[in-house]
Amino acid sequence: MIEYSLEEKTYTLNLGPQHPSTHGVLRVLLEMEGEFITKAEPVIGYGHRGHEHMAENRNYLQFLPNTARVDYLHALAYNQGYCMAVEKLIGLVVPERGEFIRVITAELNRISSHLLWLGAYLLDLGAFTPILYCFDDRENLLDLLDRITGSRLTYCFFRPGGVPQDLDDEFITGTRAFVKRLRTRFKDYDNLVTKNVIFINRTKDVGVITQEQCVKYGLTGPMVRGSGIPYDIRKSEPYSAYPQFDFVIPIGDKGDILDRYVVRVREMEQSLRIIEQALDKLPNGPIMAEKVPKRLKPAEGEVYQAVETARGEFGCYIVSQGDIKPYRIKLRVPSFGNLSILPELAVDTLVADLVAILGSIDVVVPEIDR
Amino acid sequence: MELLAQFLGSAGARMLVGLIAVIALVSVNALFLIWMERKVAAHMQLRPGPMEVGPHGAIQTVADALKLMGKELITPDEVDKPIFWLAPIVVFLPVLLSFLVVPFSQSWIIRDMNVGIILILAFSTLAVLAILMAGWASNNKYAVFGAIRSVAQNIAYEIPLLITVMSIILMVGSFKLSDIVAAQSQYWYVLLQPLAFIIYITCATAETNRAPFDLPEAESELVAGFHTEYSGMRFALFFLAEYTNMFIVSAIATVLFLGGWHGPFLPGVIWFLLKVYALIFLMMWFRWTFPRVRFDQLITFAWKILIPLAFANLLITALVLKLR
Repeated sequence: MIEYSLEEKTYTLNLGPQHPSTHGVLRVLLEMEGEFITKAEPVIGYGHRGHEHMAENRNYLQFLPNTARVDYLHALAYNQGYCMAVEKLIGLVVPERGEFIRVITAELNRISSHLLWLGAYLLDLGAFTPILYCFDDRENLLDLLDRITGSRLTYCFFRPGGVPQDLDDEFITGTRAFVKRLRTRFKDYDNLVTKNVIFINRTKDVGVITQEQCVKYGLTGPMVRGSGIPYDIRKSEPYSAYPQFDFVIPIGDKGDILDRYVVRVREMEQSLRIIEQALDKLPNGPIMAEKVPKRLKPAEGEVYQAVETARGEFGCYIVSQGDIKPYRIKLRVPSFGNLSILPELAVDTLVADLVAILGSIDVVVPEIDR
Repeated sequence: MELLAQFLGSAGARMLVGLIAVIALVSVNALFLIWMERKVAAHMQLRPGPMEVGPHGAIQTVADALKLMGKELITPDEVDKPIFWLAPIVVFLPVLLSFLVVPFSQSWIIRDMNVGIILILAFSTLAVLAILMAGWASNNKYAVFGAIRSVAQNIAYEIPLLITVMSIILMVGSFKLSDIVAAQSQYWYVLLQPLAFIIYITCATAETNRAPFDLPEAESELVAGFHTEYSGMRFALFFLAEYTNMFIVSAIATVLFLGGWHGPFLPGVIWFLLKVYALIFLMMWFRWTFPRVRFDQLITFAWKILIPLAFANLLITALVLKLR
C-alpha cells in the first residue's frame, strides 16, 4: 500500500522476497524518493536451512551432500573446499589423477555457473534471448557432468581422499568438443551483447566499486577482480593441481558492472584453457588415496581451507574434537560479503540500476542464508 | 453481389458492417499476433514454441483466451473501484475506433475522413490515459511506477512521432489517409524520408510500450507494471489493446512510408497486410534482441536526440518543398 506522509518526501518499496529479479528469496527494502533510491537494505534469511548446525549432527561423510546445497550453482567447488579441509584434518593426500579430475569438473562447473549468470543477468536487463543460448550451452555441459558425477545440479562427487569415479573416453572427447563449441559461441555473445549500445549504456559507469571499498567490505571473486585487484585463491593460495596450469586472472580497471561482466566472460575463457591443459596432461594412476579410513575420525584440531568458487572465496573452517562428527563447521561464503556492499552502491541510483547492480553481484541467496 | 454493394453503399450500413468487421479483425489479429510473437520468440531462442494445440500450436492462443475468460476477475480491496474497472475498457475502445479510418485498400476503408491521420493519432494517445488510470487505481507502488513511466514516455515520444508525420503531410498536402497512399503510387516515401521512417519506427515502438522501451511493464524491475493487479479478462483486454496498437502503428507506418496498398500482382489488401505484418515482425525482432533501456536514458534519447532530428527533418522537408 502506498503511504505518503506530508513531512517526509520518501516512501518505502519492498523489492522481494518474491520479485522477478532478486534471484530467489532475497528482500531489499528500499527507501525511495521518486524513482531514486535513498536507502537500500537487504533482508536475508528467507532460505535459511541451518547447514552449519546440521554439520554438528552428522558425521564427516554425511555432511558432504549439504555442501552442494549451499551454493547449488558451483556445487563442486564447495565439495572441493570441504573435502580439502577434511583431508587436511586427517592428513590424506589425493593422488594426482584425482586432483586433475577435480580441477576439470570444478572448472566445467564454474563455466556452467557463469553461463547461468550471464543469461539471468541479461534477463534482468530485459534481454530475453541470451538466457536460452546460455542454457543451450549449459545443457551440453550438464550432460557431460551428469555422465561422470551422476547429477546435474547438486553434485556430490568429491570424497575426502579423491574422487569415486574415473573419467571415460566419451567424457574426454565430449569435453574437448564442448571447449571448441563454447569458444565459437563467445563470438556470438560478443556480437549480441557486449557490442550492444543499450547494454553498454546500462552497465558502463554504473555500480562502480573502488579498490578501497573492495577491501572494506571483504569482497571476493569477480567483484574484486572487476575493480582491478587480481585476487584469486587459485593463484594467491594455490591448491589442488592449479599451479601446474598456465592461466591468467582477468581483471577490469574501473570496477563498474561492465568490467565485472567482462571479467566473468574472460574467466570462462580461462577455465576453458585450464580444462584443455588438464585433459592434455591427464596423468595415469589411482583416483582415490590409499588407506582412506572407512570411518572418518580425525584427531583434535582446527583447519581452514579456502577455494575459489564462481562467486569468490569459499572458506571451510572445521573444528574437530576427535569425534566422528565435527564439533563446529563454519562456512565462509562469498555472496554474503559481496551482497553487503549493495546498500552503499544503491544510494542515488534508479530502481533499474539497483536491479543491474544486484545482478552483477551474482548472489546465490541460499548460500547467504545457509 | 449488386444488392450487397448497394447495401454497403449506404453510410450507416457501412459503419455497422465495418464495426463488426473491425471487432472480428481485432480479435483474430490479436490471437494471431500473440501466436506469432511466441513463435518468433521461440525460433529466435532455438526452441519450437507452442506445438500442442492445433498444427504448430496455431490455436494455442484461443485456448489461452478461453482460459483467461474463465478466470476470476479479482478486484483487490484497496483499489479505486470505478477507475479500476473502467481502465481496461478505456484502453481498448480508442484502438478499436482507430480502425475506422485505416485504408486497407482503395475501397476497403470504413470511413475515409479528411482528418484521418489526426484521428488515429488522437485516439492512440488516449491509451496513456487508460494506463494512468489502471496504475493509479491499482494502489500498488509498482503499478504507479509503471503508469508514471508510461505517461512520461508517451509524452516524450509523441512529439517526434507527430513531427515526422508532419513532414509526410507537408509532402502530400492532405490529412486523408487515402490521399497519402495515392501520392505514393510512383515511389514509397520511405525512400524520400528514410530518417523520418527510422524515427517513426523508434517512436512507434516506444508508443506501444514494446521492448526495448517496455518500461511501463518492465518485469525485472516493476514485476508487471501498470497491470500488476489485473487478472482474467481485464488483463486480457490490456494485452489485446497492446497487440492491436502494434497493428495500428504499423498500419500508419505502412500508409505513411510503405505505400499502403500499392504493390504488383497481389490485391491491395494483401499487400497492405503483408507490409503491416512485416513491420510487426520487425518490432518483435527488436523485442527479442535488445536489452531494455533505462528510464532516464529513454527520456534523454527522446528529448535530446529524436526531437531535434525530427525537427531538422521537418525543416529540410519544408525547405526542399519550397525551393522546388
